[in-house]
Amino acid sequence: MENWIRVCEVEDIPVLGARVLKGRGIALFRDGSGAVFALKDKCPHKGGPLSQGIVSRGQVTCPLHGMTIGLCDGRAAPPDEGCTETYSVKIESGQVFLWI
Amino acid sequence: MQKLKLVVVGNGMAGMKVVEELLKISPDLYNITVFGAEPHPNYNRIMLSPVLAGEQNFDEIILNDLSWYEKNNIRLHLGKKIARIERSRRIVQTEEGLEAEYDRLLLATGSNPLILPVPGKDLEGVISYRDIHDTQAMIEASKTCKNAVVIGGGLLGLEAANGLKLRGMDVTVVHLAPWLMERQLDRTAGKMLQTELEKKGLKFLMEKKTEEIIGNNGKVSGLKFSGGEEIPADIVVMAVGIRPNISLAQSAGIHCDRGIVVDDTMQTYDPRIYAVGECVSHRGKAYGLVAPLFDMAKVCANHLAMMGIGRYTGSFTATKLKVTGVDLFSAGNFEGEGEAIVLNDAAGGVYKKILINQGKIIGTVLYGDTVDGQWYFRMLKEGQDISEIRNHLMFGQNHLGNAGHEGHSQASLMTDDMEVCGCNGVCKGTITKAIKENGLFTVDDVRKHTKASSSCGSCTGLVEQILASTLGGGYAPKTSTEKPVCACTDHTHQDLRRAIREEKLLSIPETMAFMNWKTPNGCATCRPALNYYLVSTWPHEAQDDPQSRFVNERMHANIQKDGTFSVVPRMYGGITNPEQLRRIADVAEKYQVPMVKVTGGQRIDLLGVRREDLPAMWADLDMPSGYAYGKSIRTVKTCVGSEFCRFGTQDSTKLGMTIEMAFDRMWAPHKVKMAVSGCPRNCAESTIKDVGIIGVESGWEIYVAGNGGIKAEVSHFFAKVKTDQEAMEYSGAFLQLYREEAWYLERTVHWIARVGLDYAKSRVVEDEKDRKALYQRLLYALSGERDPWKSVVESRAKPLFEFVEA
Ligand code: SRM
Ligand SMILES: Cc1cc2nc3c(=O)[nH]c(=O)nc-3n(C[C@H](O)[C@H](O)[C@H](O)COP(=O)(O)OP(=O)(O)OC[C@H]3O[C@@H](n4cnc5c(N)ncnc54)[C@H](O)[C@@H]3O)c2cc1C
Ligand code: SF4
Ligand code: FES
Repeated sequence: MENWIRVCEVEDIPVLGARVLKGRGIALFRDGSGAVFALKDKCPHKGGPLSQGIVSRGQVTCPLHGMTIGLCDGRAAPPDEGCTETYSVKIESGQVFLWI
Repeated sequence: MQKLKLVVVGNGMAGMKVVEELLKISPDLYNITVFGAEPHPNYNRIMLSPVLAGEQNFDEIILNDLSWYEKNNIRLHLGKKIARIERSRRIVQTEEGLEAEYDRLLLATGSNPLILPVPGKDLEGVISYRDIHDTQAMIEASKTCKNAVVIGGGLLGLEAANGLKLRGMDVTVVHLAPWLMERQLDRTAGKMLQTELEKKGLKFLMEKKTEEIIGNNGKVSGLKFSGGEEIPADIVVMAVGIRPNISLAQSAGIHCDRGIVVDDTMQTYDPRIYAVGECVSHRGKAYGLVAPLFDMAKVCANHLAMMGIGRYTGSFTATKLKVTGVDLFSAGNFEGEGEAIVLNDAAGGVYKKILINQGKIIGTVLYGDTVDGQWYFRMLKEGQDISEIRNHLMFGQNHLGNAGHEGHSQASLMTDDMEVCGCNGVCKGTITKAIKENGLFTVDDVRKHTKASSSCGSCTGLVEQILASTLGGGYAPKTSTEKPVCACTDHTHQDLRRAIREEKLLSIPETMAFMNWKTPNGCATCRPALNYYLVSTWPHEAQDDPQSRFVNERMHANIQKDGTFSVVPRMYGGITNPEQLRRIADVAEKYQVPMVKVTGGQRIDLLGVRREDLPAMWADLDMPSGYAYGKSIRTVKTCVGSEFCRFGTQDSTKLGMTIEMAFDRMWAPHKVKMAVSGCPRNCAESTIKDVGIIGVESGWEIYVAGNGGIKAEVSHFFAKVKTDQEAMEYSGAFLQLYREEAWYLERTVHWIARVGLDYAKSRVVEDEKDRKALYQRLLYALSGERDPWKSVVESRAKPLFEFVEA
């Protein structure tokens, strides 16, 4: 069944950094604007762990071969192609909720 | 806010490049209107020759299609020529009377082909060679006519002649000078070119001056030379040169000489009006190739965006002829003052000339084998001192050794299915296709579109050659000194280092604000560089930002292809003992490490470790981190040395261990590898290390800037010292200079190639005070640095390694 589940506090995720949701392979990112995003922790290229990449506003750079993935839509920046699954996130009084 | 109005006159390569750059950095500042006299969207003019030759068609050379203008809200007027600029009212007007207002006006009107003022020049069948229209006219003529005469044996003329020949015409090239392309080639190369083209069936009439074009019923029928000789012709192509197109600017009273006069910001004498491209005259020079136009466009966009930084200071240009099967390259001054190194193999069809003045390359002409053209050209632009490699110069870059490309590095000889990039498996055909189809002009573009040269970089030279042969003179490599760090900024590495030092900037946000960063948080290229510059310039004061470090440095372990990590503990000088080995064995068993490997750096690698196991494993190991993951000191390799070896003259293991302990935890622009050998047999391979030390009877010899990786390079002799203490001081001072002045991701070999060995010697070997000060600064930076594994093990938080649980 799908619903909103609480995963952590916003403060658990470092600014311009990421955390991984245990057992689910989902990466949570916090970008420079303070927004939180959730993506499958798997690069569309060769499965690199996106949670380990360098995060800047709205995107993360995969640590393995440097593809840049949009945090909102999971899409690789052109000319690269590929897309990673995204999950809806909401924040309520400092708590991060995920729709899964 | 009301948007400003930008009007662009000229829908060509330079004008649209400015618009593209402007949209990148300031997409919302202007309402943009473009007027183009031609009825086509912006296309790649230099590809007209492949179109004429039948190698490509028109659709393939469009750079910006109509949907691009639409998507970016650009009002485009095609087939509309601006006839008037009224500067007082700030409007432009087309021939038909259509008007547009501007706040800023950009003139990019290109040039006009020169037409010889001879009788008959207006006859039907006299064609110039500048645009799609001309190209189409030639293609049409080739279908019905037989004899083509091309006046002008320069770049354009020869490309036109070649195309017409391929389309089945009988082609004669008429040239005034004694040899072809006399402004780019010396006599020998010019003559070789002529022979080659004659083999392809072209005919040449040299040192002939056209006096009249003869007509019949208003149509061309022949050509008459001074002296009276006549030849038949059904079409005549005039390719005798170009003139900057300045009539519009001139009629509006804007200051012009040969071209529209601009300053280093591409502004004309009217501050609201900018100009770029072939129509301008900058510092008295007008250009006729695209590479300089792109540099101009960048600067111009920056000023239109009101960022106020960036100057255009002129360009060096190089030429290549885009005739398939002819290999020719020319750059700089090739007949002036200086010493010439010449290779002339007439039978083999190879001729090379390099002109050197005061240890620097000032010009080159290559014929038949142009593989090293871009290499010479880069050294020419950078003013690199070539005295040290002078003996190898003629044999080319390949001779200096590049891993992974032995034996097939001549791009021109490669077939389309041959691999260029060994890391990403990219073939030559894929690259040429991407260049043509996507309108690519730089190595960076190629990297983005094909991945070639984006990993280890050893094929960059090959990619440059492919770009050069596909684009002709359209490709000009950037020198490293003028390249901005990345797309987030216009500043170079040098600028950043200087600002951080002089303004005492202590954090990334502070630096980005001070340097007007274009993106809010930078990117994966600039942030690690900034972070390094901050911590190396202001140790103990600047803020080290883990989020700006590559994963390996953040996790203190190397990431593997499956997302696991490797753990390499330090073994100072490669020395270990049974107790340590037992502990490593126990840890390997306890954490079920899939592979235990002895590395090439004299220590042990535990590969395939799960991320969450890292802290516990480090605690059990209880050994310091080997920094196998860092832009930092890696290993100090040693040989057995005088303690046991029958040849040993010095105690290399002792010095190696001492150095590794002393310099441990030293961050650097790139990784640093050292070695100490006990005698000149050099079993520790000291001569391919960043710093290598070799024992001799009377002390130690120090070598620097070697490399054993992508580009093998033997190190240079640096200094001879007597004691261990001196060896440490000299090596430490050299490394500190590297830490303070090299650019991020520049290894010592590249840094020394850029600044010169003499410079490093003058600071470290010849100046005792400077050496001691450098060494002290290194020791200060290292004091109090803690072992990263221990810090993680001891800290309660360990946040980096934690998962969140739901
Ligand atoms: C483990 C080791 C291979 C081995 O099993 O022996 C190794 C493994 C890697 N090397 Fe290496 N190199 C290893 C010795 C070398 C050597 C030989 C040496 O140091 O004696 C060289 C040539 C010497 C030199 O650097 O001048 C070498 C030249 C490279 C290069 C090319 C560097 C260059 O500037 O040309 C890279 C790529 C880079 O750093 O960008 C590289 C990069 C790598 C990376 C880090 C690839 C990466 O970015 O993920 C590999 C990590 C594997 C891992 O996860 O552990 N490795 N690598 C060696 C570790 C030595 C150590 O104990 O620290
Ligand atoms: C056949 C050929 C091959 C070439 N090969 C190479 C090569 O291999 N390498 C290389 O580096 N360079 C090459 N060049 C040169 C290169 O194409 C030019 O340097 C480049 O196109 C110049 O760009 P520009 O924007 O200044 O001018 P253009 O591209 O000519 O653009 C100017 C545009 O402005 C329009 N215009 C002019 N006046 C007005 C007006 N009053 N109102 C409205 N519109 C106006 C023109 O119609 C034209 O479309 C080649 C050129 C040709 C013709
Ligand atoms: S260990 Fe070094 S040589 Fe071997 S595959 Fe990795 S980077 Fe290449
Ligand atoms: S796995 Fe992400 S770029 Fe290759």
